[in-house]
Amino acid sequence: MIDTNVLTVSENMKIDKNNYKYNTTNILNHEDDLQCEEFEETPLYAAVLTYIGYAILCLFGWLRDFMRQSNIEKKRGAIDPNASLDFVPLYQSYESFYTRNMYTRVRDIFNRPITSVPGPQFELAERVSDDYNWTYRFTGKTISAINLGSYNYLGFAERTGSCATDAIDAIKSYGIATCSTNSEIGTQFYHVELEQLLAKFLGVESCIAFGMGFATNALNLPVLASKGDLILSDELNHCSLILGIRLSGACYQTYAHNDINDLEKKLRVAIVQGHPRTNRPWKKIIIVVEGVYSMEGSICRLPQLIELKKKYKAYLYMDEAHSIGAMGKSGRGIVDYFNLNTDDVDILMGTFTKSFGSAGGYIAGKKSLIDHIRVNSHANTYASSMSAPIVQQIISSLHVLNCPEGKNRISQLADNTRYFRQKLMNMGFIVYGNKNSPVVPMLLYLPARVTRFNREMLRRGIAVVTVGFPATKLLESRVRFCISAAHTRQMLDTTLAAIDEVGTELSLRYSTRYQHRRLKDI
Amino acid sequence: MGSSMTRGDIENLATDFYGLLESFKHAPLYHISFEIFLVLAVIWLVVFRKPRPIEKKLTEKEKQDLIDEWQPEPLVPSVDPNHPALNVRVLDGIVGKTVEIDGKKSLNFATFNFLNFVGNQRIADKAIQAVQKYGVGSCGPRGFYGTIDIHLELEERLARFFQCEEGIIYSYGFSTIASIIPAYSKRNDILFVDEGVHYAIQKGVEASRSHVKWFRHNDINDLERLLAEQEVLDKKIPKKARSIRRFLIIEGLYVNYGDICPLPRMVELKYKYKYRIFMDESVSFGTIGQAGRGVTEYYSIDRQKIDLISSTLEYAAGSIGGFAVGSSFVVDHQRLSAQGYCFSASLPPLLAAAAIEALNIMEEDNTLLFETIMEKSKRLHKKLLSIKGYIISGDEISPLKHIRLTHAFNTIGRLEEIVQFAQTRDITITVARYLNDEHLLPEPSIRLILNVEMTDEELEFLCAVLQEALVKVTT
Repeated sequence: MIDTNVLTVSENMKIDKNNYKYNTTNILNHEDDLQCEEFEETPLYAAVLTYIGYAILCLFGWLRDFMRQSNIEKKRGAIDPNASLDFVPLYQSYESFYTRNMYTRVRDIFNRPITSVPGPQFELAERVSDDYNWTYRFTGKTISAINLGSYNYLGFAERTGSCATDAIDAIKSYGIATCSTNSEIGTQFYHVELEQLLAKFLGVESCIAFGMGFATNALNLPVLASKGDLILSDELNHCSLILGIRLSGACYQTYAHNDINDLEKKLRVAIVQGHPRTNRPWKKIIIVVEGVYSMEGSICRLPQLIELKKKYKAYLYMDEAHSIGAMGKSGRGIVDYFNLNTDDVDILMGTFTKSFGSAGGYIAGKKSLIDHIRVNSHANTYASSMSAPIVQQIISSLHVLNCPEGKNRISQLADNTRYFRQKLMNMGFIVYGNKNSPVVPMLLYLPARVTRFNREMLRRGIAVVTVGFPATKLLESRVRFCISAAHTRQMLDTTLAAIDEVGTELSLRYSTRYQHRRLKDI
Repeated sequence: MGSSMTRGDIENLATDFYGLLESFKHAPLYHISFEIFLVLAVIWLVVFRKPRPIEKKLTEKEKQDLIDEWQPEPLVPSVDPNHPALNVRVLDGIVGKTVEIDGKKSLNFATFNFLNFVGNQRIADKAIQAVQKYGVGSCGPRGFYGTIDIHLELEERLARFFQCEEGIIYSYGFSTIASIIPAYSKRNDILFVDEGVHYAIQKGVEASRSHVKWFRHNDINDLERLLAEQEVLDKKIPKKARSIRRFLIIEGLYVNYGDICPLPRMVELKYKYKYRIFMDESVSFGTIGQAGRGVTEYYSIDRQKIDLISSTLEYAAGSIGGFAVGSSFVVDHQRLSAQGYCFSASLPPLLAAAAIEALNIMEEDNTLLFETIMEKSKRLHKKLLSIKGYIISGDEISPLKHIRLTHAFNTIGRLEEIVQFAQTRDITITVARYLNDEHLLPEPSIRLILNVEMTDEELEFLCAVLQEALVKVTT
């Protein structure tokens, strides 16, 4: 029976768009509330204006398509070399409606090339378009900007320092590649060293590393789950997890984002009924979650998940792509953040791209699990082994994290995150997510404001990432700031001042819970 | 013989029937309509309504019991500790023409280092310069400040090398073709795929959820048969057939077999049956053709006729990653639709720099490097053929060959013994590793790979060791 007595509503709780009331009894010895999250409701006028905005874009899109069809306007974009030969068209015109008429208008805010290390401050290559974003040319100049878009949580994206020097030494000693797979002749001593070091860092028995984070999920979930299993995945999981789940052949269901009640309901129904058609009991049930959700800034409810999985004998797979290194007192991820036992999470997965300044992914857990993956993984058998400088960068950054310098980086990141979030919310902007998550999504809603915000911030020397449909829901376009330990207080203040200015110009203060204030008044 | 009906009986029946009809005429309207409704209801119940299964409703206690009783399987099954994947040889140092295992150096015929770029000083220098300029990682996907100018340069250089309009790079060789296929081919489309393609292509085909028609490896007649059958089916549903896309997925030089696809005939059939060709040239990039441009150059076919050529930087180019080249119309679509491109971090800049330098070396040398490798492949092929007791699989110009023992003898155990024996004689070779769920699991084999810098003596030594090993294994 779902235990509603545990979930009591206190006066300090806010009802958000997920209608979630959270359980605070599992937090041990922490001053702050680790699971405090907010997802303020979309204001009605913003929703209406957003729909109107998209409707206008659609109308103009149809108009332009009509003009292009009747040859009033020149058709731009590449032409099919097989066009006149009676081949079936490669793309349906309705599929690319969005690309032609909406994406191309705002293409300049994506795919901006950089010409320097993606550190806290970087150089962007200046490009202009003479034909409304269909083609670009580079002017040869660079724009210097504060970087709030790259995943550089602990500031390891550096071109000088111990990590870079070690990587250069690795190139000299080992070359760039091995040109072989791990299961044949591609395993080197540094791969073994990485895996042992990482296992020790995470506090697990064993660990295996791969060359690409996306592939780690997509190629290893099929090894863990197969036909006859059930996978319960959070509705906002990354597409690499969804691809892995699809390729595994197991049945899968999604549950509402971070909603433990919904998950429990689905678990109960699944165990009682079994397979929906044959009624056979499931061979095993795996719950797939992410540590930090990169578009929402929310943190998974790990204490409750562990309780649930023990109660119903399910297995837990946690993807810590954004949380490893960035969360927890010693950077060991969400398990560290909640001060729980690593053994309780069956499969820990993570990537090296975000916090370690490198590339690749890993899976960690018990030795039997890792051995099974090593024998059966697609990536281990068919994909080339990791490159030496990439591995060395991870090893060096792990060494740094074990020293005081590493502890400084972690606490600096936590400080920066809290400071930035608090200021934004005090100004009256809607910010989603947990107050400790270094991913800070701020809602903009209207498509026109999204693009204008991005361009105005760049004019002021700040590079941000704005996302809209289809990466997010239609109504909830947002700007996502990625805070780094390498950001100085001054950089954050500059950014806040710019957001204050642009926010006032574009009327981005939507919050009804917090007062709308200017930065100088906080 | 039943009782015969007398004339009187018939008269009675007729009177009764007439009386029935009369009563209908006199009956009130509601009565008649009610009767008609009843008749229709009976007809409907009998003909149309399917019996609904009786739903079992469980009590809460029963549900809790089921939940308590349910026992899942262990997360993973137990695995054999002697499995080769758990007991690999661990190397040290640069894995170039020679490798170091357990302190001893041996000749390397096992890694895909065709042009010996691993450990190349020029490439290493360029990579070091890239680290000093860009750091190690790229810290983001291509859409969000992960596009570095060096990526754009590499894409342009690859397109120029292949004389195509545009190129696109991926950060992992396996994900390249596995992301490309689902980006173009959707649920209703048809894929004609060679049975012998490698695993990454099989995964791409699986992820696309299209109809797959496998044809026998390199058998053009089988392909024609499938195409003709499809044409017949198309004639039956002409309107729907106008929206079904067709693709032919092949490799230039097959990794699992070492043979080259019959491309000219496939291109002819392309214009006859109207399908698009996606060719994976992982092995043939940098090894086949006068300037290393692959199978299209070898057959002198216009590269514009192939819709998309995908390849990898992990073999001849000695770096990490993959790429695809083709017309802008085809390639540009991937920038928004290929999952492995949009949702994954971009290639670290030092690896892109290494690949650019590898391309520089390939273009400078222009033909010497590639003539040499083709020449040496032919020589190796001749030498291997002269060893009795091995079956050699692969074209004579292919730098990748599979050798097997004669049919009854050919087991993985014996091949592993050969590999171990060769290691004691300072030759490193490997048994080709596959997973059991391949579409068509190839016969066990040893995959021999030729490095362009191997001398004739070294090739002779390899053959001598293989001969010795054969003797040891078959006695």
